[in-house]
Amino acid sequence: MNAPAYNFAYLDEQTKRMIRRAILKAIAIPGYQVPFASREMPMPYGWGTGGVQVTAAILGPDDLLKVIDQGSDDTTNAISIRRFFEKTAGVATTTSTTDATVIQTRHRIPEATLHAGQVLVYQVPIPEPLRFLEPRETETRRMHALAEYGLMHVKLYEDIAHFGHIATAYAYPVKVNDRYVMDPSPTPKYDNPKMDNCAALQLFGAGREKRIYAVPPYTKVVSLDFEDHPFSRYRFDAPCALCGSEDSYLDEIVIDDRGGRMFVCSDTDHCESRQAQGHRGIQNAAPHKEAPHG
Amino acid sequence: MAETNGMSAHDQPLLAAEGLSKNFGRLAACRDVSFTLYPGEVLAVVGESGSGKSTLLQLLSAQLAPSGGRVSYCMRDGVMRNLATLGEAERRFLFRTDWGYVHQDPAQGLRMAVSAGANVGERLMAVGWNHYGRIRNTASNWLERVEIDTARIDDAPRTYSGGMRQRLQIARNLVTEPRLVFMDEPTGGLDVSVQARLLDLVRGLVTELGLAAIVVTHDLAVARLLSHRVMVMKSGRVIESGLTDQVLDDPREPYTQLLVSSILPP
Repeated sequence: MNAPAYNFAYLDEQTKRMIRRAILKAIAIPGYQVPFASREMPMPYGWGTGGVQVTAAILGPDDLLKVIDQGSDDTTNAISIRRFFEKTAGVATTTSTTDATVIQTRHRIPEATLHAGQVLVYQVPIPEPLRFLEPRETETRRMHALAEYGLMHVKLYEDIAHFGHIATAYAYPVKVNDRYVMDPSPTPKYDNPKMDNCAALQLFGAGREKRIYAVPPYTKVVSLDFEDHPFSRYRFDAPCALCGSEDSYLDEIVIDDRGGRMFVCSDTDHCESRQAQGHRGIQNAAPHKEAPHG
Repeated sequence: MAETNGMSAHDQPLLAAEGLSKNFGRLAACRDVSFTLYPGEVLAVVGESGSGKSTLLQLLSAQLAPSGGRVSYCMRDGVMRNLATLGEAERRFLFRTDWGYVHQDPAQGLRMAVSAGANVGERLMAVGWNHYGRIRNTASNWLERVEIDTARIDDAPRTYSGGMRQRLQIARNLVTEPRLVFMDEPTGGLDVSVQARLLDLVRGLVTELGLAAIVVTHDLAVARLLSHRVMVMKSGRVIESGLTDQVLDDPREPYTQLLVSSILPP
């Protein structure tokens, strides 16, 4: 399988060492953004170059890899990254959240509870939570160093002043281990509580911005809020149209040009395993035939 | 140069500068400036452009490190501390709690893209306020105090006029009830009627809150209206200082006489 021109998992061993050092440092200082010498990857920035480098650095031949994009195992980004590692590392892949040892994700945390020994790798476009409030990198670094996070609340204040509630729906800032404020990558805020005290190791890679950060297992992760406007999760008020799930995060799919829409689980593995167990939503009368991917 | 200004000996100064100087290469921007400032006192620093006023303000507010001399500040616990020995965290904390800094250009002191309410509330959130309702109430009280219509609390300052921006900047600085406010040409760039209202407002607030202030200005009228004491600077040196009316009505130095006589009679 392995193309001889490539080292295992594409990156050369020196690069992997460099990335692993950054990862170790990131784990040692939860939520702190560690700079690293991000490499050019055979994909454009914004397609997960940071996540791919982190995955490449931690992947071993025995790992079972799952890649999701917005919760889905079968979108372009997920498939291309999965095939990239099938080709360059020859590792086994899966769509099952529970079986996977390494899960690379873009913008979702799977619905199934992660367990100890798993690693969740996030693709991060903009690692700096303070970026759109404070444009200077020197200043944001200093603010992190001195734990001056008043500005983060300015953003939440603006939301309430303009919309009556905290309208930030994704990339909702969190405080990790009572110290660093961190951008959880553009995951919906519905997923934020899953980061808290999570059994799996969470690694974040930002390729273009050249930053790696991490949340070690069983670390406290708190979503920022106001006393009188506490953090709340958001999901569409509907069951999944395919599996009938009442508590998973839903995608809204427009199905015609007359305002018709359906809501389905964003996590395809979750939805398919529920359907395999016989759960049915309103738009899914026929028995589920599709075989799982992988 | 230090003067006690008739205060009793046990009154502790709020800020003391001793032999402050600053060189930029061969240029001496500030030379041997010493004075003390007491709580509730307003000191005006006047002089022409390039006389070292703004450099002095930056030295006093610890934004620049002096080439010589030192600045001591009486912290809230009553201990005089040399600003150069403060850690960066302490210095920044001082800057957003116990001090205010009013820039000549409000765009430097405000966040132009976030609402007025958030601009005023930022300092509160920075010291750990975590209750939206209370932050908003305090912000709206302060907007009232600086005569900004509270209906505009959710508008960004870039939609404000120059005078309103300057008043908003003052509200933003005073919300944490600082003891010392630095003002760098607070009325520069405003038209005369707006200047008069702003000065009136600042004078009211300073008396009401018992603020100490150091006002850098080239406008002697500002000095006369706001300050208790005046320091006249020329080529980086303080050439004359004393009570405001004394210096402005009976200037001793030829340069001060020139400054005073160059005001157009009304």
